[in-house]
Amino acid sequence: MLCSSAVLLTATACGGGDSSASGGDDNTITWWHNSNNEPGKGYYEQVAADFEAANPGVTVEVVAMAHEDMVDKLEAAFQSGDVPDVYMERGGGELADHVEAGLVRDLSEDASEEIDKIGGSVAGWQVEDQTYALPFSVGVVGFWYNTELFQQAGITAPPATMEELTAAIETLKGAGITPISLGAGDKWPAAHYWYYAAVRACSEDVLTDAVTSLDFTDPCFVQAGEEVQTLIDTEPFNPGFLTTPAQEGATSASGLLATGQVAMELTGHWEPGVMQGLTEDGQGLGAKTGWFPFPAVEGGEGDPQAQLGGGDAWAVAQEAPDAAVDLVKYLLSDEVQTGFAENDMGLPTNPAASGSVSDPALAQLLEVRDAAPYVQLYFDTAFGASVGGAMNDAIALQFAGEATPQDIVDQTQQAADQEQ
Amino acid sequence: MTSQGAVTAADPGAAVTRRADARRVTGRSGGTGRPGRDRTRKRLEILFFVAPALALMALFVVYPVFSAARMSFYRWKGFGPMVDFVGLQNYVRVLADDVFTDAVVHNFIIVFASILVQLPLGLALALLLNRRIRGRGLLRTIIFVPYVLAEVIAGVVWFQLLQPRSGLLETMLTSVGFPVPEQGFLGTPDLALVTVFVVLTWKYLGLAVLLFLAGLQGVPDELHEAAQLDGASWWQVQRRIAVPLLAPTIRTWVFLSMIGSLQLFDMVWILTGGGPANATTTMATYLVSQGTQRSNFGIAGAASVVLFLIGFAMAVAYQFLVLRRDTKDA
Repeated sequence: MLCSSAVLLTATACGGGDSSASGGDDNTITWWHNSNNEPGKGYYEQVAADFEAANPGVTVEVVAMAHEDMVDKLEAAFQSGDVPDVYMERGGGELADHVEAGLVRDLSEDASEEIDKIGGSVAGWQVEDQTYALPFSVGVVGFWYNTELFQQAGITAPPATMEELTAAIETLKGAGITPISLGAGDKWPAAHYWYYAAVRACSEDVLTDAVTSLDFTDPCFVQAGEEVQTLIDTEPFNPGFLTTPAQEGATSASGLLATGQVAMELTGHWEPGVMQGLTEDGQGLGAKTGWFPFPAVEGGEGDPQAQLGGGDAWAVAQEAPDAAVDLVKYLLSDEVQTGFAENDMGLPTNPAASGSVSDPALAQLLEVRDAAPYVQLYFDTAFGASVGGAMNDAIALQFAGEATPQDIVDQTQQAADQEQ
Repeated sequence: MTSQGAVTAADPGAAVTRRADARRVTGRSGGTGRPGRDRTRKRLEILFFVAPALALMALFVVYPVFSAARMSFYRWKGFGPMVDFVGLQNYVRVLADDVFTDAVVHNFIIVFASILVQLPLGLALALLLNRRIRGRGLLRTIIFVPYVLAEVIAGVVWFQLLQPRSGLLETMLTSVGFPVPEQGFLGTPDLALVTVFVVLTWKYLGLAVLLFLAGLQGVPDELHEAAQLDGASWWQVQRRIAVPLLAPTIRTWVFLSMIGSLQLFDMVWILTGGGPANATTTMATYLVSQGTQRSNFGIAGAASVVLFLIGFAMAVAYQFLVLRRDTKDA
């Protein structure tokens, strides 16, 4: 509190003058992560211990938190300027803001070897050609589905086009099965439909331009909304989806899929882990888990192989000791990434670890991701909280029947113009 | 948060009057001693005891209020220096935003609905529970329990009860053939605010009943007896004696209810998060979603100043127009 008030007055009063604020002396590194369940928690403790053994005199303070807690605490940390030495960045506009405020260390030169190894995935964590964080897990969004319910309804192959998806929805409804669960209460799950429709409707160039110029005049953005409207009109979602949460509790969108109440859900690569946490036996959907990519949009300019996704990267605070950079490099090493993959903690970015993912669903996703011509970062992350939030709000209104495809473009454009 | 400031601001006033009374009394009794030194000592004593409370209030009430007011003139993302001065632009945006103006309307709907529904209901229950009936203690407890329950816990429980299809409430209603909305009570924009209000009434009726019961204890038995001797019916006694003598308590409750409704946040946040389609946003949910979720701290600051001004104006107006008659003689 006092710290933050000092920051309001002078830019560097807190973070700058006093490096002990960010976790002790040069030999102590604080590391915040969100793998607070086994096996991830234990694995990272082991990683920290190995790093300490290889670097005598260095102490790593590992803090494992639930994801939401970590996000809240990071928010407060950025406000006070007292940022942990090693922490997670989601990239895009959010990272650009942190860079602008001088909170994040430029890793372009210190970690050039790792950056080369990771390849194209680092793009989401670059600001003006400099790399500020190393992605350790990048996943893609797609439809997770219950293979048993699909079979029961007589659907043999997962839908590949929007027409096939609409047909599958009708078949499922005919069999008395709720086709799709949607946590529109949290807004981003609804927004993912629009993002993906835009990835299918717009060419890569248009999207890349839009992220930097914040110009949404291309007609493909309206077309994306129209595709989403067609889907909404088939009424495929669980009752009460407008206030359903994304993944908290058995009545959330993920909970409904995990307990066999709905046939599918559009969400990220974390879904199997979330579903395991929501079922009593800890299995989630188990062997019934299936995955298919977002269908192709007829007449769309976008590549049907392109994916929407995002991930997590390790970043180093501006004031952190040099040992923190070494820790991040170690976290991206073949050894640690392989262990990360073996424990099914995510989708590793170091190609050396690609073969080590044991979970079949995650392994399939990894293949899809690596075959994609490009992975579009979630728009709300890419545009930053302010524009992204306005966009998500407008999309959520469309799902409630209170906004047209044109309204979404207009409101996003308006928020973007206010930013500049 | 901010309008709590308004409530607290009313209290020091009362404290000052009390302090003045105390001083008058000591002045009179200690007239033969050394009044000058006594007074200084008294003041130091007061300062000593009040200082910790004042310091805490300055840190947690006064400072945040000024900090939010300052924030409202800048465009600021929550970190780094606050340098991008934009004048009144944030206020223009807040007041031109349909989501905010709708939120103000929702707040006032809750303010008036609370008074119109909870006042008669609470009064009726209090009068009933003031009679010597069997199981009175148990009934009083049942009505008061929701108020004691933490708001978040009550919210989560209601959220589960109100789940579409699988929730207990819908299961019960459908089993007796009562039609339930297609998207559930919380998922239908036209019903969501009403549903939130029903839950709020369940939660806060206990407070009204408790206050009114306490007020009824203050009605002298002699008045009841005298009225009965004159042949007044139970109804007449309530209407002509109990309710009029309860008026100061009712006026205080209305004030508390009004302030509570203006700063309504927790229950809405848990039940609907302001949705569906912004049907249940309040000023507080608006400023939280703009501030912590979208990092538009300037806009959140402006919204909180508007909330503070509305709360403050209503508190002052109510104090001046209604509560004054209660404090006039004090």
